[in-house]
Amino acid sequence: MAKSGITFNPDRFHKNQWRFHAFLIVLSLFMGSPIVFIFNHAFKPFSELFAYPPTFFVRRPTTENFSRLIRFSSESGIPISRYIFNSVITTAAVIVASLIISSLAAFALSKLEFKGKIVLNKINTYSLMFVPIAVMIPRFLVLINIGIYNTYFAHIIPLLAMPVGIFLIKQFMDTSVPKELIEAAKIDGAGNWRVYWSIALPLVKPAIVTVAILAFQIAWANTEGSNLFVDKESLRTLPFYMSTVISQQGNIVVTAGVGAAAQLIMFIPNIIIFIIMQNKVMASMAHSGIK
Amino acid sequence: MMKSKGFKRLLQSPYLFIAPYAILFILVIALPVLVAMGLSFTSFNTIETPTFIGLKNYVDIFTGDTVFLQNAVSNTILFSVVVGPIGYMMAFFLAWMLAQVPHKARTIYAVIIYSPSITGPIMMAFVWRIIFSGDETGYINSMLINMFSIDSPIQFLQDADYLFPIMIIVSLWGSMGLGFLAMLAGILNIDRSLYEAAAIDGMRNRWQEIFYITIPSIKPQMLFGAVMSIIGTFNAAGLASALSGGGTPPQYAGWLIVDHANDFGFTRFEMGYASAVTVILLVIVLLFNKIAYRLFGERG
Repeated sequence: MAKSGITFNPDRFHKNQWRFHAFLIVLSLFMGSPIVFIFNHAFKPFSELFAYPPTFFVRRPTTENFSRLIRFSSESGIPISRYIFNSVITTAAVIVASLIISSLAAFALSKLEFKGKIVLNKINTYSLMFVPIAVMIPRFLVLINIGIYNTYFAHIIPLLAMPVGIFLIKQFMDTSVPKELIEAAKIDGAGNWRVYWSIALPLVKPAIVTVAILAFQIAWANTEGSNLFVDKESLRTLPFYMSTVISQQGNIVVTAGVGAAAQLIMFIPNIIIFIIMQNKVMASMAHSGIK
Repeated sequence: MMKSKGFKRLLQSPYLFIAPYAILFILVIALPVLVAMGLSFTSFNTIETPTFIGLKNYVDIFTGDTVFLQNAVSNTILFSVVVGPIGYMMAFFLAWMLAQVPHKARTIYAVIIYSPSITGPIMMAFVWRIIFSGDETGYINSMLINMFSIDSPIQFLQDADYLFPIMIIVSLWGSMGLGFLAMLAGILNIDRSLYEAAAIDGMRNRWQEIFYITIPSIKPQMLFGAVMSIIGTFNAAGLASALSGGGTPPQYAGWLIVDHANDFGFTRFEMGYASAVTVILLVIVLLFNKIAYRLFGERG
């Protein structure tokens, strides 16, 4: 057997992998150190935050910054629990609603026959390249005119049209849900809804999980809603609050400890979910190609 | 009887499956684009009704707006031309290398490399502001003072010459997102027998393998990655301002077209003018994507 110069997905370590490891370790240090730094910074006591020369790792860890973060919010009038509540509610709504909406549309675009299907698929592929940040101003005007300015919907509605979500689910369905299975079910009397729910959805679980993670990431970190689409403090969300904590005093060193604690709270759910689900994400990304 | 049958048919209609998405798509994507186009021909301060002024906004932008012409456009193009392709090539080569280490190590590297992309703009700016802080408690400054004995700390984030390159580094740091994962998954799924066949045919060189097997095999993922990296590039709006501490960055360094639009829209409430800037931006995004489809699409 001729030996290929390349081994993808090797089973074990081999000595000709060392140069990859050497490069990847150096790069991982660059990529990972700011995050390790935030972890350390969040637990540093005051004296270490101001230390000269600055230290990277924490020496005497303390939860001082976290309690200051909580106290900070009670000074602003609205307790941090309100921002957390707003964030949890809107994030959950975005995840559930966007999954239903995207998977329904993806099912139709992948498995049902109807007039205009080809055009709609084309539109969706093109809308992948859409940059939401570019239309914040007209979007703001639209939201005011449909009467959802200053409501929870202002956080939710703009995030529900997720071209990449519908795209990932559709691509997965194209390859993983065999036509024969659907035809067999239809012969047995199943309607489109039943096929969607009992056959298509269970077979595209990895894509559903991936889109749920994406929806979570987008909704959990979203500040546009709080900045632009609501102006009542009681309707604003956690990331907005966290960003005000950082910018409050202007001086980065003063707010660094509290800010790091705030950022850590925002970041941890994100990374944990990704680590747990990364197998499903990778399975789904394998179908992500644009043809 | 007939009526209920018709109703049943309606319930099974494919359009019913599409409808919720279509409504939302129109509401938050299509309609805003149309509104931007419409308002770009008006003067509108959000309080009074818009008044039609024809092409005046566009004429003003291209003849009199020096910040737009000298900073926003050149920054946006320079930034996308640097961050887009470099981030994209980085994503491919990292994916290619990762595919060649065992599963466990690969997962750990992949999580580390991917995680900056989910930090979001606020955390991104926050971390790097501390690292590049302008006094001797800044990490880079402290290192420079100790190791190269420079006399006084460098004002990295207040100096236009440094701010833009730092913005590029920070963006690259956070750009290994979905596109990178797609390419990694794509490479892992290439049929191994392709490489074996190529080796039998006398292909020995890794570069040949990359260009004749790996890239053609994952072309669809490459295109997806390209689209994602273009989107990511344009999402860097506000980064320069966040890094330099809020407000307008020094000498408009790193000031992008999106920043310009938001400045006119939300700070000066000149919605007509801001909409015209938005329309120009959308055209630029479209052009970049057209180039990506030319390069990586199946049918040009």
